[in-house]
Amino acid sequence: MTPQDRELIASLCAGRAGLRVDPDKAYMLENRLAPVARREGFGSVHEFVVAARDRDEERLIWAAVEAMSPAETAFFRDPATFDRIVGEALPELARRREGATLRLWAAACGAGQEVYSLAMALEERSPPGVTIEVFASDLCERRLEKAQAGVYSQFEVQRGLSAQRLVRHFEGLDDGFALSPRVRQMVRWRRVNLMEDLTRLGQFDLVLCRNVLGYLLDDARARVLANLQGALAPNGWLVLGETEAAPGLYPAMGRPGFHGRIAATRAVA
Amino acid sequence: MVKESASAKLCLVVDDSRVVRKVARRILEDLAFEVAEAGDGVEALAWVRTAVPDVILLDWNMPVMNGLDFLRRLRAEPGGDKPKVVFCSVENDLDRIREALTCGADEYIMKPFDGDIVASKLALVGLL
Repeated sequence: MTPQDRELIASLCAGRAGLRVDPDKAYMLENRLAPVARREGFGSVHEFVVAARDRDEERLIWAAVEAMSPAETAFFRDPATFDRIVGEALPELARRREGATLRLWAAACGAGQEVYSLAMALEERSPPGVTIEVFASDLCERRLEKAQAGVYSQFEVQRGLSAQRLVRHFEGLDDGFALSPRVRQMVRWRRVNLMEDLTRLGQFDLVLCRNVLGYLLDDARARVLANLQGALAPNGWLVLGETEAAPGLYPAMGRPGFHGRIAATRAVA
Repeated sequence: MVKESASAKLCLVVDDSRVVRKVARRILEDLAFEVAEAGDGVEALAWVRTAVPDVILLDWNMPVMNGLDFLRRLRAEPGGDKPKVVFCSVENDLDRIREALTCGADEYIMKPFDGDIVASKLALVGLL
């Protein structure tokens, strides 16, 4: 890749998804884009970038942007988060909503580990008498496809997932492990760019969006936060990553008009 | 040889492969554990009768006494309920994992493993 190639990729990521990509990190860019270039039939990343530029083809551009977007790979990351959602947030929301269906949204679900962790926690101890809908979205189409399939490698199921949960929720395959249909079918999927208008999605009682904001440029972060805030039902919960929810980090959260609750992932003892 | 430290947690690595023990030792020491080693279940049982480790990383298929037999014997010993036991085996059949859990294992690692997996499992049993 030439320096111009790297600048172009950084600029496309910023423009399409608000992603912060450092064009000086040549190895990282090359590493992420090489599989995409191969998949698309190009002999090198440079050829791929030139084609994306010259053809101005959205499909190629998005393939590059998706490859550069963050991908979380662990189940039950910061496990206290899930205890708090199931044990505290949902019972409280259920009381407030008086029997209405609760809508939960994992806004950047990656390859599914985050939202399936939530679904497994719900399957194990959902608040009684409460109907819950779980939505999941990601910027990356390929990761969404993997997530929907619910099949994970031996390496993936050993990151954050207990052996008890492995035997409870998965079936063994010749080469990997498949999540049970019971859990998979709890989740509905959609490709969503958090930078775009989200009003078509309706409102959610709880939005889980962890370790995303830190990868965004300042303007994009403010916009995504405003979008997520708009998607939150009154008294809803916005669950962010540990470092993302520090008081004062994002002034928009503290302003009087914010009608939800910000939860940090490790805020519980 | 166990390194002396007042606060470090102790892990007994039980595996008949010297290579696996060496890899596990390096990972565990990076995670600030003290490490002791045993080559089979009999050796491991003798070891835990002298000092109870915080956690045992336990292979399944070993000569003399396999991991499952060791685990049953361990849990029947006085104080044998105390150490966390994390199986570490090439056995990756879910029925085998279920069997290990039923016999008293706290966690299970499928080989091959790396530092992330060991750290993840030790966190799950409350030792990290």
